[in-house]
Amino acid sequence: MAHWEHFHHQADIGVRGCADSLASAFEQAALGMTAVITDPDSVADSIAIPIHCQAPDRELLLCDWLNALIYEMATRKLLFRRFSVALDGNELNATAWGETIDPLRHQPAVEIKGATYTELRVEQKPDSNWIAQCVVDV
Amino acid sequence: MRHKTTDRIPRPLQRAEFEWEIPASGSMRVPAIIYASAELIHDMDDKVFEQAANVARLPGIVHAAYAMPDAHWGYGFPIGGVAAFDADQGGVVSAGGVGFDISCGVRTLHTGLGRNAIEGVKERLADSLYQMVPAGLGSTGDIRLQEREMDAMLSGGARWAVKQGFGHKDDLQYIEEAGCMSGADPGAVSSQAKRRQRDEMGTLGSGNHYLEVQEITEIFEPTVADAFGIKQGDILVSIHCGSRGLGHQIGTEFLKLMVVTAGQHGIHLPDRELACAPIHSKVGRAYLDAMRAGINCALANRQIITHLARRAFERILPQAELSLLYDVSHNTCKLEQHVIEGQSRELYVHRKGATRSFGPGHMELPESLRKAGHPVLIGGSMGTASYILCGTREAEERSFSSACHGAGRAMSRRAASRKWRGRQVIDDLADLGVVIRSPSMRGVAEEAPGAYKDVSAVVEASHRAGLARKVAKLRPVICIKG
Repeated sequence: MAHWEHFHHQADIGVRGCADSLASAFEQAALGMTAVITDPDSVADSIAIPIHCQAPDRELLLCDWLNALIYEMATRKLLFRRFSVALDGNELNATAWGETIDPLRHQPAVEIKGATYTELRVEQKPDSNWIAQCVVDV
Repeated sequence: MRHKTTDRIPRPLQRAEFEWEIPASGSMRVPAIIYASAELIHDMDDKVFEQAANVARLPGIVHAAYAMPDAHWGYGFPIGGVAAFDADQGGVVSAGGVGFDISCGVRTLHTGLGRNAIEGVKERLADSLYQMVPAGLGSTGDIRLQEREMDAMLSGGARWAVKQGFGHKDDLQYIEEAGCMSGADPGAVSSQAKRRQRDEMGTLGSGNHYLEVQEITEIFEPTVADAFGIKQGDILVSIHCGSRGLGHQIGTEFLKLMVVTAGQHGIHLPDRELACAPIHSKVGRAYLDAMRAGINCALANRQIITHLARRAFERILPQAELSLLYDVSHNTCKLEQHVIEGQSRELYVHRKGATRSFGPGHMELPESLRKAGHPVLIGGSMGTASYILCGTREAEERSFSSACHGAGRAMSRRAASRKWRGRQVIDDLADLGVVIRSPSMRGVAEEAPGAYKDVSAVVEASHRAGLARKVAKLRPVICIKG
């Protein structure tokens, strides 16, 4: 079943999306990133933002995708709770749904500075499920 | 959870009481040297050793890859990592070796007040500072920079901020580079990075960033303390923050560019996170131009926050006079002169989570501090002590004049937020006489003092290793947590 998890990093935090498709693993990784900041269930999905990225390979594409979301969160003061990702080779087209940050309600723990190449992995497991993960700098 | 040694990762060998070495082997061009006590080495994640050894493999590295006593697992370089490169020997510059938060640093201010002056007004002063200094995710400053002003800020740093009325001209001499990093090119900074900064000037940010009111509880070296203008019982203000969204975006963009172009430059990366470019390359030069603009952004930001802190004090304690002790940056790459085997060379010194610690007599220091040495300002973590140290001449030989920068995390954020509740942390700290203001209870839990290493052990190791000398110990009184 598609899900996200956090993994250990001493100073920062790792986000991992797991799903039966690569696109869905990317969506879950993004949701895991929201969970670094706040409880995703506390975020409404009233605003839709289109995202497009292209990269030389799928690892860099994962970082580009997360960094595009970080940029939109920072400049529009948004938090996201729902994602729809379509992949065509190393090109990504997506929509992210969220709402404006309300510090009192969302209690944002920390601001994410960027997605790093530390523990960066995008791969299909022997059980055919995909994982998409990296450490984000907070 | 910590990573322990596998066969692939070399173990450091003890060379002196506070010095450990991973000898150069395989593709390592130089050894890796770690300054720490046996206890700190024991508790260090093996990823630190792996990362320090990886840094030692980069082209043009000089002498050794260093790790300070507070070193912990970073991305690419360890946090607490120092490495110098010679551009003419194929040396590189690394975006990961500077970090996302370019020129993150600490500025400490005198207040001219003793502890008695703030005893009855702590809560009101905390409210005033919290109201005045924007903190936390999503907070914005009152300053909106349009393109021309943004470029002027990126070229001028704190000097620009003072011209805009944020602070005094006298402040500038107590900032590294006299408040303005030369060689910055706003044209090398993307429009996205500038957009991200548009309404973030004068904001603290979040995570481990803070503004603290502190009391000096102990003086270790009275002569240097005199030169720094401090004595036991003095109330100081420390500001810990960096270049905000602009620096983060520059880091993000150049990390990718350096990975994508590494092959073209003939650089084989042992790990993608070590992304770098030759200093003598288009990408390397562009990064230095942009990174220097990022340094100016951080210097301007801390200058504006200083101005806001002065206003907050004026309301409650009009007799306070907030003047600079010093302003240090701990995520930078700077071109410096260093003597290697009797020969003076120009080197690009990366300090990622490390503080510059020039010794007494260094010409970069303002005259009033020159005899004492570079102030090394070590931040604590809400409930724990902060320290003021001074640079040493020995550090020139030992670490390209570098020392530690803080305690460093001992526990991940996730583990901390499971272990503590923000409200409880605040109540416990109140019992110890520390007033906390923060927009996020979860943020406070993740930053609980217990989640950090013992800052005193890190400072002691820096002192005993000869990287910097202890001058004063401070305790927090008020903490505005981002």
